[in-house]
Amino acid sequence: MEPIIRATAEEIAARELETANDEFSRVVERHRPQVFRFLLASTRDLDLAETLTQECFLKAHRNWGSFRGESSAMTWLMRIAINLQKDHWRNRRMQFWRQTRTNAVDLDEASEWLPSGESSAERQLLARERVGQVWRAVKGLSERQRTVFLLRYVEEQELGEIARATGLSEGTVKAHLSRALTRVRAELGGGR
Amino acid sequence: MSSRVGFGDRREEPAERSRQLEPVADEKLDLVLGQALEDFRLSVHAWSEAAYSRPRTVAQVVRRRSWRLAAGWALGLTLAAGGVSGMVFERHQRQELARAAEQQRLAQERQRLVSEQQAREEEEDLLAKVDSDVSRGVPNAMEPLAQLMAEDERK
Repeated sequence: MEPIIRATAEEIAARELETANDEFSRVVERHRPQVFRFLLASTRDLDLAETLTQECFLKAHRNWGSFRGESSAMTWLMRIAINLQKDHWRNRRMQFWRQTRTNAVDLDEASEWLPSGESSAERQLLARERVGQVWRAVKGLSERQRTVFLLRYVEEQELGEIARATGLSEGTVKAHLSRALTRVRAELGGGR
Repeated sequence: MSSRVGFGDRREEPAERSRQLEPVADEKLDLVLGQALEDFRLSVHAWSEAAYSRPRTVAQVVRRRSWRLAAGWALGLTLAAGGVSGMVFERHQRQELARAAEQQRLAQERQRLVSEQQAREEEEDLLAKVDSDVSRGVPNAMEPLAQLMAEDERK
């Protein structure tokens, strides 16, 4: 007769923890570049984007147990990233030090990432100009408009996802997008 | 700077894009706007990918941050030290002024006591002088009484 192997409560807990850690590792591997890209576009600061990405996943790891999967992991992570970014800029106590420490690249530098390869020199020049104009428009947007604009046109999220990530209604998201596009249009019109 | 990253080969077909991002009512993407947004998206993706996969210059970043942190602390400490020094100096000045005022008050008190003493002595001298002058100048009506007192004294 074979002995009955009973798992103790500790063993079950350890196994569950291991499973959760594996799941979380997969989430990090899959979504980290996206979160980093969103934060980089929002801040134009490599160091800050990396720091906030680390903080985002640290916070996510701490709260992984409470994630119920009501929204996608990406939406949940974006929500954390947006809140972290908000906290970072709105923390008035440290505002002075932040301003002296900012490493944000200027718009011309950000616009240097352009199509090449098969594209002609003329096409590259035109694209650079257009990207620079969009960056200028993005710089002039309010924090919410910028967030919504980047989630829509860089991360290509649906309105519902953006609404869940930002905690806004879909109507408000549409209104912010509309204003942001008006600004981009004006910038493109002015630049031509 | 086209040498950084080329993403012309990763450009998606318009049909593929429209499947991914279904336009909403307010988004009337004309050709120029649509192209600009597409360029912007690809530009950000390229920048992010390059930044994400760049070799991390941790030491350099840490050093730069450390330098800034140190500068921040140095400035903070200098300001704090300046503030404390100012407070100590002001306190010292106030104590000095209080001591000088106290010394002046004591000197004035001494002067007042000396003056009072002098005035008292002058008054006593004056009274003694007046007594002796009065005793010498006895009126005629009092002469017999004065003689009796002088006799008593002789006895």
